[in-house]
Amino acid sequence: MRKTYRAVALLAAALVASCGGSGGGTAGEPHAQIGGASGTELAEHQALHVGNGAELQTLDPHRAEDTSSFSVLIDIYEGLVGESPGGDLIPGVASAWTISDDGKTYVFNLRPEARWSNGDPLTADDFVFSFRRGVDPKTLSVYSYILSPLLNADDITAGKRPPEELGVRAIDDHTLEIKVANPTPYFLGLLAHSMSYPVHRASLEAHGDQWTRPGNLVGNGAFKLDEWVVQSHLKVVRNPYYWDNANTKLEEVTFYATEDKTAEMQRFRAQELDLTEIIPAAQIGFIRENLAKELVIAPYLGSYYYGFNVTRPPFKDNPKLRRALALAVNRDIITKQVLNLGQVSSFGFVPPIHGYTQQQMPEASWTQQQREAEAKRLYAEAGYGADNPLRTQIMYNTQEDHRRIAVAISQMWKQVLGVEAEILNQEWKVFIDTRNQKRDTQVYRQGWIGDYNDPFTFAELMRSTAGQNDTGYNNPEYDRLVAASQSAHDPHARMELLQEAERVLLADMPILPLYIYVRPRLVQQWVRGYEPNIMDHHRSQYVYVLKH
Amino acid sequence: MFSYTIRRLLGAIPTLLILIGISFLLIRAAPGGPFDRERSLLPEIEANLRTAYHLDEPLYQQFARYLWGLLHFDFGPSFQYRDYTVTELIASGFPVSLTLGTCALLVAVLVGVTAGSVAALRQNSGVDHGVMAISMTGISIPNFVMAPLLVLVFAVYLRWLPAGGLGQGNLVLPVIALALPQIAYLSRLTRGSMIEVLRSNFVRTARAQGLPTWQVIVKHALKPALLPVVSYLGPATAHIITGSVVIEQIFSRPGLGRYFVAGALNRDYTLVMGVVVFYGVLIILFNFLVDLAYAWLDPKVRYR
Repeated sequence: MRKTYRAVALLAAALVASCGGSGGGTAGEPHAQIGGASGTELAEHQALHVGNGAELQTLDPHRAEDTSSFSVLIDIYEGLVGESPGGDLIPGVASAWTISDDGKTYVFNLRPEARWSNGDPLTADDFVFSFRRGVDPKTLSVYSYILSPLLNADDITAGKRPPEELGVRAIDDHTLEIKVANPTPYFLGLLAHSMSYPVHRASLEAHGDQWTRPGNLVGNGAFKLDEWVVQSHLKVVRNPYYWDNANTKLEEVTFYATEDKTAEMQRFRAQELDLTEIIPAAQIGFIRENLAKELVIAPYLGSYYYGFNVTRPPFKDNPKLRRALALAVNRDIITKQVLNLGQVSSFGFVPPIHGYTQQQMPEASWTQQQREAEAKRLYAEAGYGADNPLRTQIMYNTQEDHRRIAVAISQMWKQVLGVEAEILNQEWKVFIDTRNQKRDTQVYRQGWIGDYNDPFTFAELMRSTAGQNDTGYNNPEYDRLVAASQSAHDPHARMELLQEAERVLLADMPILPLYIYVRPRLVQQWVRGYEPNIMDHHRSQYVYVLKH
Repeated sequence: MFSYTIRRLLGAIPTLLILIGISFLLIRAAPGGPFDRERSLLPEIEANLRTAYHLDEPLYQQFARYLWGLLHFDFGPSFQYRDYTVTELIASGFPVSLTLGTCALLVAVLVGVTAGSVAALRQNSGVDHGVMAISMTGISIPNFVMAPLLVLVFAVYLRWLPAGGLGQGNLVLPVIALALPQIAYLSRLTRGSMIEVLRSNFVRTARAQGLPTWQVIVKHALKPALLPVVSYLGPATAHIITGSVVIEQIFSRPGLGRYFVAGALNRDYTLVMGVVVFYGVLIILFNFLVDLAYAWLDPKVRYR
């Protein structure tokens, strides 16, 4: 009975707390015993429970396009190239490889001990079949552009050549040759992408549409599919045939569909989850106070920016106005006060990437006061002023953070320049549709997470022909530099070309760079082997659980 | 009675056709489509996708194809969950929703009717005021507020019950959260109609004949007092179905409700249609059952 009173009292307290908005209290009891007496003792049952965001779309690596699918796919498949816990490229199914002098031919030596999860040997022919399947238009792959560097890939995807003409060849059972159209320095990174994973031909042919189901799916990763209840959870268990199985510590990993971020956090606090997919951004204050040790924030390969529709007035042929608006925004207020998660204010488009010198607008080194003075000057030069203010619209897809940022920016524009900016939101699919038509948008929000760790994944987006260039930006010089980078042989010269392209972009300002993303997560203190990395790729084969 | 049943069932067919037709057009009229992406697809790939999902055909042909599929219980492939057909998704989600919905409805009726009757018998007493105050609170607090509160207290602080998922004991919190507003509504409804019935002549007569109070209530008063309650069961079912959309999300239960939202947001045409048609049939059927129950409860109602 006493417990009931306690429950009622707590309920009342919680009601008061949530009304007051203070949200005190701590989650659970302290865990002094993590790792047992020695602090390194492993949990008896090595199982991991992972929040995985929205329900995943598919376990077909060539048809997947969402991060929920990718998180599971990297556990049940492995490409020629793998990734270390920190995200560095390491040998995967291929134990070694050689690259020809012209950078266009790769020869991979496959591990003879590599096997499928049903025990079948994994051979070079399997990769030939899989790469062809990935570019075959019949596969309906929306990510086939990842394989675009392969010789003839684009023609095959466009239906102009048969898949058999793809530049992939099995020299023998354990030697694979891949030809690329241009020397592509980031090509090895693409081989760690799910588009490059092998699929098991025999089970595809035997099961048709049902081949990704538990019992049917044959993979080659450290884990294999065991159970899948759509919208609830998906369980993978150790794959005894994996070539590096001896080093896998976890026996099983369960991925939970957690599309509601707050509910996910509560399940984490109730210790039903070891890792969350994300955190509810609005509760960052509460989390910093009560879950500080569990909060892990990592830099993320993503750029958040606003695009100007440069195909129509007022932004058409008006770089001064675009620059004025970009300078009037105080990015630190957005990153430090509006978001407060450690996002990095940015005056450039491409996030920091190894080997690439990050480009910034020249005004990046100025004080905000100087930037605002320059903004006023450019705004006046563009023909606007107090008696003739710019009236424009900021459009964003319905989400709380996007709204708060839009409100802040419209306020800054108003205070510094007197711009009358109306903010408008649309539901996601409507939003991308409107944005794409370039008719009703003037300023819109956009963001991009890199597909691979190379500046090209960003640079290509602003080409005049790119499917994601909703600004309508079209500068032949930019296109030329990006195209030249694709055939540049010398890696240094290639980076130079991409940097030059970004300088052209930042001089034209079809976009307004805002910040570089971070990836926040909650990780229980007994989880070990989890390393934050810029691609946010986490293979469960490196993770283990301490006694708790 | 038999001919009435047949007539009602036949009458449901045009209703269903209108429902299917309107939702078929509405979902396609919504801006944006299943193949709209942050990064636009290559035209060749989009064309292939359209062909694969028959979106390249004229609308009437798509509609005919859809109806033909329905006749064979084939709701088509899901655009979003590519490894499953809509029929499979409904088959896996419905039992989960059914369990939750049935439990919530049963709890709501049992608790609501009992509380309402007790309040009516002790009209204007402390008990009555207590029940009505609680029920007012129940109606006022929406379930998307109540559910996280329950989780906070019983899962996060007390650790008595799980915060979500499909395991043991996971039904308790979602059922409470879903049933509470209905309990509140049903208790007020029962109280009102019970008070009215208790004042009527036949109850007075029964009492005057010296029947014990419990017999008067259970045998004579309860049945007529339940009439408005029964007629509310149809809407209550609809409320529970729509409520489960929120509750299933908060408690991470893999029921049908989540497909409603996910399907609409992703423009997963087939999934949305499947869920709408399925629920449409269900609600039509349930309303029909309620009408039959009416005939049994109220001697004045006769169906021919």
